[in-house]
Amino acid sequence: MNLADYQGIWVYIEVKDGKVAPVSLELLGAGRKLADKRGTELGGVLIGSGIKELAPTLFAYGADVVYVYDDPIFAHYRTEPYMRALLHCCQKYKPEVLLYGATPTGKDLASAIATDLPTGLTADTTILDIEEDTGLLLASRPAFGGNIMATILCKKYRPQMATVRPKVMKALPPDPTRTGRIVEERIELREEEMRTKVLEVVRQTVKKARIDEADIVVAGGKGMGSKEGFQLIHELADVLGAAVGASRDVVEAGWIDHHHQVGQTGVTVTPKIYFAIGISGAIQHIVGMQNSELIIAINKDPNAPIFQSCHYGIVGDALEIVPLLIKRFKEEIPKLKASADAKEEIRHA
Amino acid sequence: MLHIVACIKQVPDTKVAKINPKTNTIDRASAPAILNPYDAHAVEEAVRLKKRYGGVVSVLTMGPPPAVKAIRKCIELGADEGYMISDRAFAGADTLATSYALAKALEQIAKQRPIDLIICGKMTIDGDTGQVGPGIARRLDIPPLTGVNKVVEINKEKGYAIVHRKLEDGYEVVKSTLPCLFTVEKEINDISFAPLPNMIKAARYYPTIWTANDLENVDRKQLGLKGSPTIVSKIWTPPKPKGGEMLEGTTEEKVEQLLSIVLEKKELFQS
Ligand SMILES: Cc1cc2nc3c(=O)[nH]c(=O)nc-3n(C[C@H](O)[C@H](O)[C@H](O)COP(=O)(O)OP(=O)(O)OC[C@H]3O[C@@H](n4cnc5c(N)ncnc54)[C@H](O)[C@@H]3O)c2cc1C
Ligand SMILES: Cc1cc2nc3c(=O)[nH]c(=O)nc-3n(C[C@H](O)[C@H](O)[C@H](O)COP(=O)(O)OP(=O)(O)OC[C@H]3O[C@@H](n4cnc5c(N)ncnc54)[C@H](O)[C@@H]3O)c2cc1C
Repeated sequence: MNLADYQGIWVYIEVKDGKVAPVSLELLGAGRKLADKRGTELGGVLIGSGIKELAPTLFAYGADVVYVYDDPIFAHYRTEPYMRALLHCCQKYKPEVLLYGATPTGKDLASAIATDLPTGLTADTTILDIEEDTGLLLASRPAFGGNIMATILCKKYRPQMATVRPKVMKALPPDPTRTGRIVEERIELREEEMRTKVLEVVRQTVKKARIDEADIVVAGGKGMGSKEGFQLIHELADVLGAAVGASRDVVEAGWIDHHHQVGQTGVTVTPKIYFAIGISGAIQHIVGMQNSELIIAINKDPNAPIFQSCHYGIVGDALEIVPLLIKRFKEEIPKLKASADAKEEIRHA
Repeated sequence: MLHIVACIKQVPDTKVAKINPKTNTIDRASAPAILNPYDAHAVEEAVRLKKRYGGVVSVLTMGPPPAVKAIRKCIELGADEGYMISDRAFAGADTLATSYALAKALEQIAKQRPIDLIICGKMTIDGDTGQVGPGIARRLDIPPLTGVNKVVEINKEKGYAIVHRKLEDGYEVVKSTLPCLFTVEKEINDISFAPLPNMIKAARYYPTIWTANDLENVDRKQLGLKGSPTIVSKIWTPPKPKGGEMLEGTTEEKVEQLLSIVLEKKELFQS
């Protein structure tokens, strides 16, 4: 393998419901920095059905070139056809680096590609850098349940591949005047030859605001004592118009379902306000909420590790404090709303 | 009769493990070795499918000799046969070399008894990449179905499986040809209590153990450290966050302080 044959930083673009997944835009932001440092192009690989019109979005977010595989066979993500397309693209255009979102789809596809190429794949990266002169990718990731960080290198194989955690990298502000090259590609794939078929897609919309999109998340832990105690978390969230989050132990106790779990094996959230109530602050929980704008912790143990990772902390009994908070917010929030409405009226008058 | 193989790994219990501050590696003495919790669900599902359709459940692990303990745990959970590949040649494997060695062992097992289904855990709690399952499937050229949280049907005669694959906001129903490989979510089942006869069998159980030489058609260059494109170059402990400001006073005073901090972001409450 001649390493110098491999050039360009690529991002696999994940498409969900006809839109570019946020993590792919974040990766274009991160990829742009790597490409500039290395003095090379940033490419996006777009696979799907009827997705060509997404290319300008990718240019706006930093891509120089977009490789497009547009075919009805790609209507639903399946490992086999997607893998064939991406392998084709890698073998033909030889990127130096290829990044994927560490989402279920991104991880599935990346693992398959790494095996077939073959090349190295770093999982769940949270820090990315590149050596300017050698092009060596420095991908760092938490391991051993977040207890340590490890920097992983892939010196002898290309492309160097990594899956990258959502919500860790930052997307660039979009520039609609940016343009780039579109490279349309095709491969011969026949539906009869595919060994898997998607029979049905079932969306289970979570009732409340989706936890990873909410401005405020009220999360509760084992410290709420019982499923009944955890009800206070729901009540506080209702008053604040917030989504409900939970620690893994709460999910495992069956107080709430897995959709609400924040952390390493749950969702990563970055709300404007995060409440951690009766949560001890295990590293696996912290990695899922540490980038929130304002973190408030309530815990009866003054030495709870959560107090190391919050902006404001209260030592005390949640079962006593939360009802007080509910009562006071119920009184104060309508006043804020009323004053906003009043201002609105003045403006209209 | 289905032959299902669950791939399992022995891991240090990262919940209690301490990190050696000098080497930044896990202090093995501090951490009991356990069956990877996700793999217990893989074995449980295999055993449930055996009960539903009839068949044999084998488990396979790559690891050092003490990993026999993890196999015994699987026998307790209801597995019938245990296989272990153990050799210095496998040491230092990344996920690519791990899936290579496991695929070779699976080919060898299949020669004795053809395999219909392979089940892996979602991920391990130590390396926690989740890359080994799909890697094995690609090497054996069978479909990988990741994120399986329900098995609807396995039909050996007609040669297909139907499962639910978890999505970020729901699930999809997928049909695949057999043989195939599942990686399963924890929520797929609850681990049953081990019945006494299983425990007795497990206590005396010795798995089939193969070294690299026992595996046929093995390319040694693809094993262990030599066969691993990735290198762990540096390990460090993440910096400790500096800690927040503690609110003081009576409970009521603390609540009032918190109220004003939160309500300062009034734009969040005015829409
Ligand atoms: C591989 C792996 C992945 C994991 N992934 C995740 C993950 O994604 N998300 C996650 O959250 N965890 C995860 N965990 C689990 C994690 O290590 C912790 O076990 C878990 O976060 C603890 O949950 P907790 O804080 O609710 O419970 P505990 O640790 O039991 O903490 C309860 C806290 O409540 C406090 N408390 C008790 N009573 C009161 C009261 N009346 N008022 C106020 N405070 C009170 C206690 O002081 C204590 O600090 C993972 C673990 C592993 C090994
Ligand atoms: C700090 C650190 C970071 C690492 N980072 C990476 C990385 O980014 N990329 C990389 O390629 N390697 C990495 N590795 C190496 C990786 O941990 C090993 O390759 C390991 O053998 C398998 O990976 P895993 O534990 O992540 O398994 P996973 O892929 O998480 O395991 C998924 C499933 O595969 C099966 N399985 C896994 N291992 C075995 C086994 N030994 N025997 C039987 N079944 C098994 C189980 O069913 C398991 O549930 C890292 C190692 C360390 C120490």
